[in-house]
Amino acid sequence: MCLAIPGRIVEIAQDGVLLMGKVAFGGVTRSVCLEHVKEAVVGDYVLVHVGFALSRIDEVEAQRVFSLLEELGLALGELGEPDGAAP
Amino acid sequence: MKFLDEYRDGEAARRLAAAIHVAVAREKPASIVIMEVCGGQTHAIVRYGIDEILPEAIELVHGPGCPVCVTPLELIDRAHAIASRPGVIFCSFGDMLRVPGSRGDLLSLKSRGADVRVVYSPLDAVEVAARNPERRVVFFAIGFETTAPANAMAVWLAKKRGIANFSALVSHVLVPPAMTMILGAPDNRVRGFLGPGHVCAVMGTSEYEAIARRHAVPIVVTGFEPVDILEGILRVVRQLQQGRGEVEVQYGRAVRQPGNLASRRLMDEVFEVRDCKWRGVGAIPKSGFKLREPYRDHDAGRLFEVDDIECAESATCISGQILRGLKRPRDCPAFGNPCTPDAPLGATMVSQEGACSAYYAYGRHADRRERGKLPIVGGAP
Repeated sequence: MCLAIPGRIVEIAQDGVLLMGKVAFGGVTRSVCLEHVKEAVVGDYVLVHVGFALSRIDEVEAQRVFSLLEELGLALGELGEPDGAAP
Repeated sequence: MKFLDEYRDGEAARRLAAAIHVAVAREKPASIVIMEVCGGQTHAIVRYGIDEILPEAIELVHGPGCPVCVTPLELIDRAHAIASRPGVIFCSFGDMLRVPGSRGDLLSLKSRGADVRVVYSPLDAVEVAARNPERRVVFFAIGFETTAPANAMAVWLAKKRGIANFSALVSHVLVPPAMTMILGAPDNRVRGFLGPGHVCAVMGTSEYEAIARRHAVPIVVTGFEPVDILEGILRVVRQLQQGRGEVEVQYGRAVRQPGNLASRRLMDEVFEVRDCKWRGVGAIPKSGFKLREPYRDHDAGRLFEVDDIECAESATCISGQILRGLKRPRDCPAFGNPCTPDAPLGATMVSQEGACSAYYAYGRHADRRERGKLPIVGGAP
């Protein structure tokens, strides 16, 4: 129910009283209300739930977990690496 | 897709799982009970088998965060009565329309001539009303804080555009009062939470900081993909081991500390807090929303008089205990037989984000796989 999916803004347009736009999710493009992410510009990624953009994706923050993983890789390497086989 | 696929990477997930195994190597079995609050996280955990690659020291219990599940049976029957009225177009999200009430589900009313429609967005329901001025369009507005901005926007827009034939049957629930209820119970087992990422994208983290302080409990606001969930678990474990009980944000790509201020302002304009009944759990003080007085002309609860409805719930079903993290689906004698997603007895089986339904969908009723068999080599120290 609280499923929200990141998509890329391809178009922004005022529609009556609301700021609307077209957002691409992979190959599918949908009309999305952008009224609450007014800072977003075309090309930005936004998190969309029931046709409504909840927040702009922070691309720097999005990379953070992968830096953590690199650190973990080094730490685990000292203990013995996972063998990579699926469980 | 960008911002999804990389968080489903198997190697990244294995590395995090290995770090969790190392971190809890000295802990006793089932000594670290962590609750994921949100039904979307429950679904992902069972879908990807995350609970099954965790060490035995960690037990995941599944929280009350599925709004479809906790919508009271009486309200579904009430929706059924409204949708059956001549001239009504009844709209909601697909998963809500499929939940069986005591007189069948809402979509099945279509075969009896009712006009029941699945909409992708609440704003689509407003559009249906604009195009059908001679009909009364009712939108079943359910959800947690994640859905509240879109639902509030629909009601606000209908008022603004003077679309008088649009109304909302509001059944909104709020996460923090449910977490407080769980933590305050004398038999509570939960020692840390994966906080609800999308709820916090809207609401920010301040309510959760208050809960973490009051109950000295770690709350890691977490995303919905396997890498997110495993990192969230690792962070909860680290807090517990360091004796901390704080809010951390794992899902920083979507969540800012204040949340979405425009959304919060609109929610406050349209909704006010009320006591609310949760299916399987009962009444929780100040745990839901209703429409404020200026929006009463769009309140289906006022516009449609429906006789009081009494509903009997199953005596066998233990969904109330599952929703509070006290039991798990397999503890229920009815799980899988006779209770299934097609013939659910209670809250946690009615939607795919309910714990029982997720367990059933991924075959957990049929086998009992061994846990903790992740191939971490080198052994735990």
